[in-house]
Amino acid sequence: MVLQPSERHYRDWSHRRLGPWCSPTGSPAPLSCETGCGEGSWILVCRLLVPTQVSLLSMEEDIDTRKINNSFLRDHSYATEADIISTVEFNHTGELLATGDKGGRVVIFQREQESKNQVHRRGEYNVYSTFQSHEPEFDYLKSLEIEEKINKIRWLPQQNAAYFLLSTNDKTVKLWKVSERDKRPEGYNLKDEEGRLRDPATITTLRVPVLRPMDLMVEATPRRVFANAHTYHINSISVNSDYETYMSADDLRINLWNFEITNQSFNIVDIKPANMEELTEVITAAEFHPHHCNTFVYSSSKGTIRLCDMRASALCDRHTKFFEEPEDPSNRSFFSEIISSISDVKFSHSGRYIMTRDYLTVKVWDLNMENRPIETYQVHDYLRSKLCSLYENDCIFDKFECVWNGSDSVIMTGSYNNFFRMFDRNTKRDVTLEASRENSKPRAILKPRKVCVGGKRRKDEISVDSLDFSKKILHTAWHPSENIIAVAATNNLYIFQDKVN
Amino acid sequence: MLSKGLKRKREEEEEEEEEEEKEALAVDTWWLDSDHPAVAQAPPAVASSSLFDLSVLKLHHSLRQSEPDLRHLVLVVNTLRRIQASMVPTAALPPVPSLPAAPGMADSLLASSDAALSASMASLLEDLSHIEGLSQAPQPLAEEGPQGRPIGGAPPSLGSLDLLDPATGCLLDDGLEGLFEDIDTSMYDSELWAPASEGLKPGPEDGSGKEDTPELKETELKDTELDYLMDVLVGTQALERPPGPGR
Repeated sequence: MVLQPSERHYRDWSHRRLGPWCSPTGSPAPLSCETGCGEGSWILVCRLLVPTQVSLLSMEEDIDTRKINNSFLRDHSYATEADIISTVEFNHTGELLATGDKGGRVVIFQREQESKNQVHRRGEYNVYSTFQSHEPEFDYLKSLEIEEKINKIRWLPQQNAAYFLLSTNDKTVKLWKVSERDKRPEGYNLKDEEGRLRDPATITTLRVPVLRPMDLMVEATPRRVFANAHTYHINSISVNSDYETYMSADDLRINLWNFEITNQSFNIVDIKPANMEELTEVITAAEFHPHHCNTFVYSSSKGTIRLCDMRASALCDRHTKFFEEPEDPSNRSFFSEIISSISDVKFSHSGRYIMTRDYLTVKVWDLNMENRPIETYQVHDYLRSKLCSLYENDCIFDKFECVWNGSDSVIMTGSYNNFFRMFDRNTKRDVTLEASRENSKPRAILKPRKVCVGGKRRKDEISVDSLDFSKKILHTAWHPSENIIAVAATNNLYIFQDKVN
Repeated sequence: MLSKGLKRKREEEEEEEEEEEKEALAVDTWWLDSDHPAVAQAPPAVASSSLFDLSVLKLHHSLRQSEPDLRHLVLVVNTLRRIQASMVPTAALPPVPSLPAAPGMADSLLASSDAALSASMASLLEDLSHIEGLSQAPQPLAEEGPQGRPIGGAPPSLGSLDLLDPATGCLLDDGLEGLFEDIDTSMYDSELWAPASEGLKPGPEDGSGKEDTPELKETELKDTELDYLMDVLVGTQALERPPGPGR
């Protein structure tokens, strides 16, 4: 598909729906696959790239999109830091998939509609809308730059034809409305078709303007801006099940907002000590219970989770429940606290469990048992003996996210070397897969990967020392009802699907 | 190792262990294992102090950011405390002034820069709360500790890190001044850099003697922190300063 001149600048892309421009070979990967069961077999549906790169190149040379994808994809120098994907989120139906990046942009993909003629295109996601959500700002009081990087995106449940989402950077949360326009009024009395005013003296008859179909246009407009409520960096936002409120959490405080009110928010958690010298713990993530609008959890850098009930008091500094696993004395080291720091917390869809991610493990907790998790999964335990090096290069501070599948039976999280891991809670089986263009051919089933931890390395295995720690999968998302996953690897978004019968 | 019941010479044993180490994963926490032959040869303080150095570097780097990542900062500081605690196992006992067993200017510098660190760390965190006070009403204090639950033994606050030699646990006396006689200190005699101003937290109890010793690393760090504080509080120079490196 060749980009037309009017389509070159990425800002125009919100006004056009574009076809797929993702697959390097020019044809989308079919969904059928031959074998595989157990954990399921995963195949690559499509790999999507941030639009800017493609448009920038086409401005310089008229090249077919396929050639663009083939040529510069292998050349890392084209990918700029602004294109690094920093958050991925499906909406509640799975029809839309939103990504935010370091450059403050939001790109929304929409699932291709199923049709009899092109069955193989079902499950593919195409660009639906692109907009600049946040711009870099300068705080004049503190003489500091505020990054435009999108930390989190959360969708609101759909209540009318338009889609709403919250996007946030370090300081400001914004509510965006994404709506379609496919009709326009025609037949004005005072204006002609080009919009020029007509001389009223020439009008002899009156007519009623009618709505006529037009090319579909998708527009994103900021509806609310929730600013100036956070001194520290926002790490989480969570929409409440009442759909009227949401919370935003920074390192030391959590605020509750009403969607309609932007000039005030309620502070519901404050762990800032009176004397900052006594600061030893920060908030790392927070989320509302999926069904109980009064309940939420927040995690800390010390590996603890607190469940709070907003009915108990206005300021939820006293927790209702406190989840912490006692430290294993045999694994104690200087880095115990750092690796216990929780980087993500997620309620299960049922609301009965919470899942937490720390540096080396994913843990599932039952809300009724506070003293230890009910399940612990090792993500990459082979890194335990490498902690000093990982501390040196700061990788030990990486914040990995974790996700549940729609039925809460499988959990997924990322690792290094573009690996990501899935754990089946029922069968207790796990799999390691890789999101990389070298290993992802269309029609091929993703091959499970294995890391060799010593001794003889088999042919397919990769040794720990060969892992690329610059290729980290921090952000993943799972479709709410189907086995479709989105995996963000730097500036690439991979969409994988389970086998289809 | 000792297979087939054969007795081996010590050199052979060490060679074998080295080979095994190369094959297997490098275990970075070997210094914690006192049975390891390599540990028996080198004092544990050396390995801990290299980690200490690394953590100090990280703390410096974090503090120098235009807006430090609070989580990173807190984790590094807590790790630094752990390392220091392990290097000074007898901190609870009253310090006995004696010659340090592992002398070295490095240890002295570490100790004195540690005082500066605690001062600068304290001042920066204090500064964050001051700035917030300008734009927000003070938050209500929680009844319990900041963690929302009663804390048994509260961890020592940053401001009270004692100035102890990391290697031996002895208080460093004022004899250090003689080490720095050759260094030109005229730059640091100006009143502008008097530590009593700008609400800086005083260092440890015997820190006043340390502040007179013009150790270059220490004053360089103080310069940066004081500079930052001055700019923020004065406010007029805020726009002229180029923004610091991004996170």
